[in-house]
Amino acid sequence: MSLADQARGDLKLTGLHKRYPNGFVAVESLDLVIPQGSFFALLGPSGCGKTTTLRMVAGLEEATKGTIHIGDEDITYAKPYKRPVNTVFQNYALFPHLTIAENVAFGPKRRGAKDPASQVKEILALTELTEQAGKKPAQLSGGQQQRVALARAIINRPDVLLLDEPLGALDLKLRRAMQVELKRIQEEVGLTFVHVTHDQEEAMTMADTVAVMNKGRIEQMGAPYDLYTNPQTTFVANFLGRSNLIKGTVVGREGTGDDAVVKVDMHGTIATIKASKVHTDSDHGWVGIRPEKVLIQPAGEALDAPGAALSGAVVVDASYIGVSTDYTLRMPWGQEITCFEQNTGRRGGLIPVGTKVDVSWRPEFAFLLDSAQDVEAGLEED
Amino acid sequence: MASLQRVFGKNAAYLLIGPAAIWLAVFFLFPMLSLLTTSLSDPATGSPINGYTLTWRIGNYVEALGDYWPYMARSLMYAGIATLMCLVLGYVLAYAIAFKAGRWKTVMLVLVIAPFFTSFLVRTLSWKLILADNGFIVNTLQTLHILGEDGRLLATPFAVIMGLTYNFLPFTILPLYTSLEKIDPKLNEAAADLYASPFQRFTKVIWPLSLPGVVGGTLLTFIPATGDYINASLLGSPNTQMVGNKIQQLFTTSGDYPHAAALSVILMVIIVAMVMFYVRRAGTEELL
Repeated sequence: MSLADQARGDLKLTGLHKRYPNGFVAVESLDLVIPQGSFFALLGPSGCGKTTTLRMVAGLEEATKGTIHIGDEDITYAKPYKRPVNTVFQNYALFPHLTIAENVAFGPKRRGAKDPASQVKEILALTELTEQAGKKPAQLSGGQQQRVALARAIINRPDVLLLDEPLGALDLKLRRAMQVELKRIQEEVGLTFVHVTHDQEEAMTMADTVAVMNKGRIEQMGAPYDLYTNPQTTFVANFLGRSNLIKGTVVGREGTGDDAVVKVDMHGTIATIKASKVHTDSDHGWVGIRPEKVLIQPAGEALDAPGAALSGAVVVDASYIGVSTDYTLRMPWGQEITCFEQNTGRRGGLIPVGTKVDVSWRPEFAFLLDSAQDVEAGLEED
Repeated sequence: MASLQRVFGKNAAYLLIGPAAIWLAVFFLFPMLSLLTTSLSDPATGSPINGYTLTWRIGNYVEALGDYWPYMARSLMYAGIATLMCLVLGYVLAYAIAFKAGRWKTVMLVLVIAPFFTSFLVRTLSWKLILADNGFIVNTLQTLHILGEDGRLLATPFAVIMGLTYNFLPFTILPLYTSLEKIDPKLNEAAADLYASPFQRFTKVIWPLSLPGVVGGTLLTFIPATGDYINASLLGSPNTQMVGNKIQQLFTTSGDYPHAAALSVILMVIIVAMVMFYVRRAGTEELL
């Protein structure tokens, strides 16, 4: 089933700006194109402007400047009830006095559908709510209410479906299940989904494209894999997953094309970083490496990594999490870095706290960020 | 409940209901029985001083209804109009306080309740001055030719209904406010998002969700307004007398307790019947 047959095209935000009367700028000159039929996530900490952006698209908040288009139609100032856009609200906002079927039929009825019953039946089946049709929202569990909110929105076949932290009120297990469910439904109906969340795992699991927002701007946008493996700012490196950021000085650039690399001196050890993952022109930068990419081995034993190794690190903490172990390592220059190691059983136990270890990683996983950026950006908000 | 049982023993529920049950028996049931017996006593053989004996004289009811039905009808009409006015005025105000008042919410609520700080009687008397024949309002309306040369406001049905509306407005506003305030503003946004125009948002979402307040507020207004006699006696004329005036007159002036009691019981039965019907229709039985 595809609901999107007559959908009219991409959602296009041009120079979208929102300034509240008290002077707070929630969204700053945002330019964004969300292709028709894609699952797009706006990810960021609270107050980054993602919800305001969503509300402007829904028409619940008026843009100060800029335009919103769906296909060729300008909807910047259209009344919310005249937009081909529907929203799944954070706490669902189901009508408590109406049954589930009546809640779902609300939109079609307002648009003059004579008998939406068959349509309602179809959507309730899609969202596995057929048996709840006659109940009131208060009689449903959180996960069921969430599906009602979704059903109530998608029955209208909007050009764009907005989801405002749709899973925020669910417990972790249900949230994981609903992530898969939402993705399935999106693929089945083929509508454009714009999903606002502060949960980076949720955004990466579901979305084709993730835009990381911070302070009213988009810091970086791309496929989850690209964002995670090649963050361009310290904010993205810290907010999307975790990163070890180590001060370094650029000592040389070599090679051309795909083979181009940048050599960086990190406290005396030279690291090699692919030019495509270097996001600074200055001589100083933050060498970034994801904790699960960090390889460690007790001093003196062979490390399974090409290139140079940093020696003289000491294990100061080891927390065993079952599938993996989190090691905190103190580097010779005093900085603490993190290493997540899969418990493959190869080691036959944990590395005891106090052990001296060598540290390395595969060069292709490292990235280099602008040293002018705050090394702790994106951390405290989480 | 389990811990209560530990303290009060097995009959915890009965013990807890006890005080309220005794209170109701003494202060509600007993006077009610007294009223009923009086209404069925012979007015000829008893007197307010010597008391009445129960003779099952149904005739009291027939006579009371026959003689005083116009007062009853007038009461229901005046109270009905006043309740409707209260609903319209009160709804607008309660809506504004609940959704638009922002930081003025508390101030506005206090202003709604403020009239209760002075006596009902004093406030009604002051309306007598405001609506007086040579008062500012009547003079202005005469100058504007809205009111004729010898036109007046006092002693008209208008004055009585206005007095009722004024006096009972807070009783409409407070339940309405409580109901409206509980409505999540997000529901309004959700309705807007689902293609409901502002008018439809009101009729399909806000109004149905505020029904408990509407029913509560109108009952709290209509019931006392129907039995009220202060407004009619201070702001009205003999032509605008309500059933309350008649009952009061029968009790205090004529000393005809049986007919007064019969009229009271009739009024009570009519109101209870109307309330039951109304609440059933509004689908808010849980209020009863």
